[in-house]
Amino acid sequence: MSKVSIKKEHYNWPITILLIIGILSFIVLPLYMALMIAIKDPTDMNHILALPKVLRLHNFTDAWKMTEYPRKFFNTAFITIVNLFFTLITNSFVAFAITRNRKKSKFFRFMYYYFISAMFIPFSVIMLPLVVQANTFHLDNIIGITFLYVVFGLPMNTFLYCGAIKSIPEALDEAAKIDGAKPLQIFSYVIFPILKPTTATVAILSFMWTWNDFTMPLVLLSDSKQQTLQLAQYVFKSQFSVNYNLAFASYLLVLLPVLIVYIFCQKWIMNGVVAGAIK
Amino acid sequence: MKRIKKRKQAVDPIYYVIVSLMAVLFFAFHTLSFIKGIFYSFTNWKGYGNWSFVGLRNYIHIFADIDTIGAYLFTFRFAIITTILVNVISLLLACALNAKIKFKNTLKAFYFLPYMLGILIVGFIFNYIFANLVPAFGKAFGIQALSTNILGTNYAIWGIIIVTVWSSCAFNTLIYTAGLQSIDTDVYEAADLDGASGWKRFKYITFPLLAPSFTINMVLSAKGYLMVYDQIMAMTDGGPGTSTTSIAVLIYKKGFGGGQFAYQSANAVVLFVIVVAISLLQLRILEKREERLG
Repeated sequence: MSKVSIKKEHYNWPITILLIIGILSFIVLPLYMALMIAIKDPTDMNHILALPKVLRLHNFTDAWKMTEYPRKFFNTAFITIVNLFFTLITNSFVAFAITRNRKKSKFFRFMYYYFISAMFIPFSVIMLPLVVQANTFHLDNIIGITFLYVVFGLPMNTFLYCGAIKSIPEALDEAAKIDGAKPLQIFSYVIFPILKPTTATVAILSFMWTWNDFTMPLVLLSDSKQQTLQLAQYVFKSQFSVNYNLAFASYLLVLLPVLIVYIFCQKWIMNGVVAGAIK
Repeated sequence: MKRIKKRKQAVDPIYYVIVSLMAVLFFAFHTLSFIKGIFYSFTNWKGYGNWSFVGLRNYIHIFADIDTIGAYLFTFRFAIITTILVNVISLLLACALNAKIKFKNTLKAFYFLPYMLGILIVGFIFNYIFANLVPAFGKAFGIQALSTNILGTNYAIWGIIIVTVWSSCAFNTLIYTAGLQSIDTDVYEAADLDGASGWKRFKYITFPLLAPSFTINMVLSAKGYLMVYDQIMAMTDGGPGTSTTSIAVLIYKKGFGGGQFAYQSANAVVLFVIVVAISLLQLRILEKREERLG
């Protein structure tokens, strides 16, 4: 079919309908089921997908209390936000320093390859020795794990930022330099503002990583007061298995913050993730 | 001339200070862990107490240990099947989402939603689906194969594959859609004139032009699935028996709880070598393919 004959209002309805059926059966159905279980009474489970006979919101308050939701939420939010703050300011400057001085100094060239090659080391490879080391340095708490996230994100974020900084003409730095600006000033007033799209990408990827991470909290955070939301779901697994309604209420409480963020920033998130992967 | 060149070479000390500081921290907590892991792999350390060097004993042991070989076989099988399934489904979805459809952005947003949800909880939700919803469905319609919990059978690997496909298609689809959007519509018009349409058009035009997205997805998928961990911890805990124990799960379980700290460190080193080798091999092959097509 040639493009001319297609009018603008002419949609491909068969594909649209297939896609909608796909969404309903594969994406909405599991989440709908989770919601139904979460608002039902344990005695009302004969028809899993049916609406509840009596709406039971008590599951949510019970799960809230049982898993100490506020504390776990605070821990997770603390890790996520503090990591985000330090990641964005330190990793971007490191990338700036490396990109701008790579041609002038062997040191920075070496640093570039050093950080990039570390991307090939998966977490499970360093997991065992890391735990021993973290215990020696008393990093088995939320502050320690936040510190580790900032450090471990460096390879990926440097890579992303370096790609973006390379495309910013050096003449901009030179102009600011002539005006007497110091490197930190050049960076914060000239370069960092231009890097906004990359900063968005790094921010989203860091947020998703720390909020949904399960492995690192599992091996590092043994004290129940230090647990994150994800880890708490795992720790309560055996207690939950006797009461699915409570379990699903708890899962939804963990998914909710992410869903809210997604509803408001989905376009921004999708663009950011694409930009991060294509570099 | 010389003086100008010299001035240009000067690097402000602040750059050295900050980069060195981060490099030292990175070395101390990331690289040093890695080096220590290699070191432990040549010892018989249990994670505490005395130790001595044992040479290559841990490495030799890997090739004679049924548990470890089983974990490698499971992980490879899982990674290969999942990589293929995820990329086929994502490619189909991306093509469909790129067609002239109504509610395009809303539909895209729904298909990307699973990316946002941590796979641990997704695993818990599917646990329930496999344990209760699917068997109820199987019994109601008299389908014997569906009437038991798949996670308790020899087919448990498929339960984990389904969950992984569910949660990773989002990312791969997004990358393919972005790739499709970057294809100039002129190319299609030219193809129309030459009479290429449908499958032919996809095979000779769309797919070759998607080469960069394909490379990204294949490399990231393979690397990610070789590390499979969260969903197994959420769903089968490596069982039934040890049939769904991946290498990452084995390292965690036996390294911390099984008194095999040094042996699992050797296992981790082997895993590292395999992941790097596969990633480099893929990049090589796929980039050559890109060049050939480009």
